[in-house]
Amino acid sequence: MSVVATDLDAAVADAAAHLYVWALKDIPQDLRDALADAAGRETSIPGQRVLQTILRNVTVAEDEKNLVCQDTGIAVYYCKVGEHFPLHPARIYAALKEGTERATVEHPLRSNTVHTLTRENTGPNVGYRVPIVHWDFIPDWDGLDVKCVPKGSGSENMSFLKMCVPADGVTGIKKFVLESIVGAGGKPCPPGIVGVGIGGSADYAMHLAKEAIARPVGTRNEDPLVAQLEGELKDLLNETGVGPMGLGGDVTVLSVHVEHADTHMTLNPVAVNYQCWAARRASAHIAADGSIEYERDA
Amino acid sequence: MATHEVTFPVTDPAEILKLRAGDEVTVQGHIIGIRDRTQIRIFDQGIEPPMDLSGAFLLHTAPNVRKLGPGKYEKLCIGTTTSARMVRFTEPLGSQYGVRAICGKGGFPDEAIEPMQRLGMVYFAIVGGAAALETTQIEEIEEVAWEELMPECLWKFRVKDFGPLTVGIDAHGGSLYRDVQSRAFERLEEIYARL
Repeated sequence: MSVVATDLDAAVADAAAHLYVWALKDIPQDLRDALADAAGRETSIPGQRVLQTILRNVTVAEDEKNLVCQDTGIAVYYCKVGEHFPLHPARIYAALKEGTERATVEHPLRSNTVHTLTRENTGPNVGYRVPIVHWDFIPDWDGLDVKCVPKGSGSENMSFLKMCVPADGVTGIKKFVLESIVGAGGKPCPPGIVGVGIGGSADYAMHLAKEAIARPVGTRNEDPLVAQLEGELKDLLNETGVGPMGLGGDVTVLSVHVEHADTHMTLNPVAVNYQCWAARRASAHIAADGSIEYERDA
Repeated sequence: MATHEVTFPVTDPAEILKLRAGDEVTVQGHIIGIRDRTQIRIFDQGIEPPMDLSGAFLLHTAPNVRKLGPGKYEKLCIGTTTSARMVRFTEPLGSQYGVRAICGKGGFPDEAIEPMQRLGMVYFAIVGGAAALETTQIEEIEEVAWEELMPECLWKFRVKDFGPLTVGIDAHGGSLYRDVQSRAFERLEEIYARL
């Protein structure tokens, strides 16, 4: 789908408004395939009941043009900004905020954002430092990529950080991921994507874990060592028997995605961020002239 | 694992006692939507709920709705939230108000097993995130109370063929969650030994 806009602020706001609602309604093909594959191999009765209900729900959402899940989440955007993109990130942020607000009011979507101390609802899914936007800057490019990942609270509440020590090694990393996901049980709506961030610092490890869940299901890290860890963790987690919605079964996770950063010689941070089975995401590429290309599966 | 159909609110406790952990259940009749702030108001602030909860089926929800007029809302998307946050309200919901069923996603921790057995209550597991389907099974929003807590109000829904639900915790001390978790932690020990 292509839209030509003359005003870049408006183009970014339009893209955000469209992406937020689209992500909530139309889950990507890689996720649909992974869920169908899960249903093909699940042998437990409650597990099979859950997966069949999930597949039916995805179809009903399409037929009824409704949201897949009622939790419209906290709006998270990943932006890749080209060095020569003509709109400054400060303006991009304002436009993303405006788009989020407009989508919430016009659809209308449930507003989830509250003041963290008073718990009062701030209004249309925006507030102080919300939406949450992550930035990457790309040299020698004049475009903007925006990926919207509405993040539900059921899965976000199942986020875990451990500052392992170097002597814990890779075994310590694996144990922490395993105990976190088994401990989470059915709460984060399994089977989903387990995001793992290792290295960097405490905050950066969690950032990486979150980035990992935004990848298409089943993609593998470019680093073969990390990719091997992803495959191994997936197999081990599916041995635990937690199963769909924690009711017992063969499929506990659809995929494990690991992102890493180099770290201090005395640090070994491990962060786990869970993404539910309704792993919603949608992307747009905005050119310097304001034209927008939408892509569901990026 | 048997399959059942139960109409709420229930008047006969036998309707609850026939359900066993793992069974499949479809629900008819009326169910009541409730959430964190609703229960904080009832139990922590001591304010009586303006709806009859005896024999009731409570759903952990905060729906997406469109306001049509005073006290009247159209359903847009209604789904279910994580139950574990609200487990401490289980005992008083049963002992003070006669609630018979609590439905949510993700299960209740083991502290819910004893009061549910003592008070003849069950926990129903719904498929979290399957809100599009759930919305089609809710025929109408019949009543809303405490609108100032939007969307965490007290909601009365009329449902048809609500489910499929799985009995997660039954009124006989059975819990699928406890069983699955204890097996999973045993398996973890085996896995750790191989790492």
